[in-house]
Amino acid sequence: MEIDFKHKQAAHCENGVVANLMTYNGFTVSEPMVFGIGSGLLFSYIPFLKVNHAPVVSYRAMPGIIFTRFAKRVGIKIKREKFSNAQKAKTRLDENLERNNPVGLQVGVFNLPYFPDEYRFHFNAHNMVVYGKKDGSYLISDPVMETVTSLTEKELEKVRFAKGAFAPKGHIYYPTGFPKELQLENAIIKGIKHTCRDMLAPVPIVGVKGIRKIAKLIRKWPKSKGIKIANHYLGQIVRMQEEIGTGGGGFRYIYAAFLQEAGKLLENNRLLELSKEMTLIGDEWRDFAVEASRIYKNRSNSGAVDQYDHVATLLEEIANKEEVFFKKLKKAI
Amino acid sequence: MKKNEVPQDKSNLESANFKELCYAIDENGEYTTELSSGWDPKTIALNNAVEVINERISDSKQRVKDHKVSPLEYYMELHKMDLPILASYVGIWKWRVKRHFRPAIFKKLNNKTLQKYADVFDITIEELQRTDL
Repeated sequence: MEIDFKHKQAAHCENGVVANLMTYNGFTVSEPMVFGIGSGLLFSYIPFLKVNHAPVVSYRAMPGIIFTRFAKRVGIKIKREKFSNAQKAKTRLDENLERNNPVGLQVGVFNLPYFPDEYRFHFNAHNMVVYGKKDGSYLISDPVMETVTSLTEKELEKVRFAKGAFAPKGHIYYPTGFPKELQLENAIIKGIKHTCRDMLAPVPIVGVKGIRKIAKLIRKWPKSKGIKIANHYLGQIVRMQEEIGTGGGGFRYIYAAFLQEAGKLLENNRLLELSKEMTLIGDEWRDFAVEASRIYKNRSNSGAVDQYDHVATLLEEIANKEEVFFKKLKKAI
Repeated sequence: MKKNEVPQDKSNLESANFKELCYAIDENGEYTTELSSGWDPKTIALNNAVEVINERISDSKQRVKDHKVSPLEYYMELHKMDLPILASYVGIWKWRVKRHFRPAIFKKLNNKTLQKYADVFDITIEELQRTDL
């Protein structure tokens, strides 16, 4: 069976799944709107966790939380289920498809056959929609892909039961109840306030303070870890910022798109101005990535310590600008 | 970023015939989306990360040949795993998995445990035990 589901490519998987599921249920919302209302924007450094043998920084809120917040703020009910047993997980998925209900799935990336090999890491917070089953294969709408695809039963089971950090445990989710009309105004204000609070949080590893913390670490790495490891760490920061799913500039452009849409909806010109400012901040993140790549491009490089200082300074400038920005944003609504 | 500035560099995405979506502004300052085929700064970062992994794999291979570690460590690196990930896939405590990296202890493992590892790596027990990688 095949459900008439419209696939639309998105920059980020979670927003994309939510936007596509909403569209299916008759409510058109854009990806940036989901991201903004769900307070997806963030910066955080996670000191105890290492992925791919390097420290982890994140430019977005925790997996799953964007949808939860979005749903709460616009008044949608969601059903979520996790399974300890793969057979049960499959049966429940099939039941939903039978009822013509496309469902969101959390999966691991490592065993996704349609991803290029180089992109297959043990990352377990990827999202997709299953919208049907044909000849024993599941029909998949993966929002980061241009078109729909399919996975065999065995392939899907493997990615649904990937192990490690954020193990999906067959996690499925779908909206069950909707408001009569989608009221976005209050939801937008709540979403923006939350993001401002997160970005200005008095916690050393979160938001603006988190960016400063990372800048400080970058200055130290070439001395404390050696150039080789420092390059690896710096590369990982850039990958978290720009790799598939952020829409460029560590989600800053998606957020600027959200502010523009929100400004028009609320007829608030200050938000339109702030959208432009966020775009410029996004450009500075891109500049940081360019400068960082100059360092790790040539590995045996004697002036590297100075260059590390230079990129750290760029980050500190970004932190200063974001601090001013989120203070203004807080006042603008 | 302006729409016409969205980078169209060559990247590893090409192999899968796949482009990613970016957000950018058009000539009137309105937000829109544009597909990107790749961007050099991150392609370099990704290639470096892949190189680090390959180096870890070949280092581990050498250690197996020198009988310093069991082949388990090599297969863990080959599958881009680290200790917590491997432990969670086989369902064995980390400290025990770490012990199994010692050749003497690996030799004494029973078939049931070996099978668990072999299943995770999608190989047979005989393949798992070979040290001439």
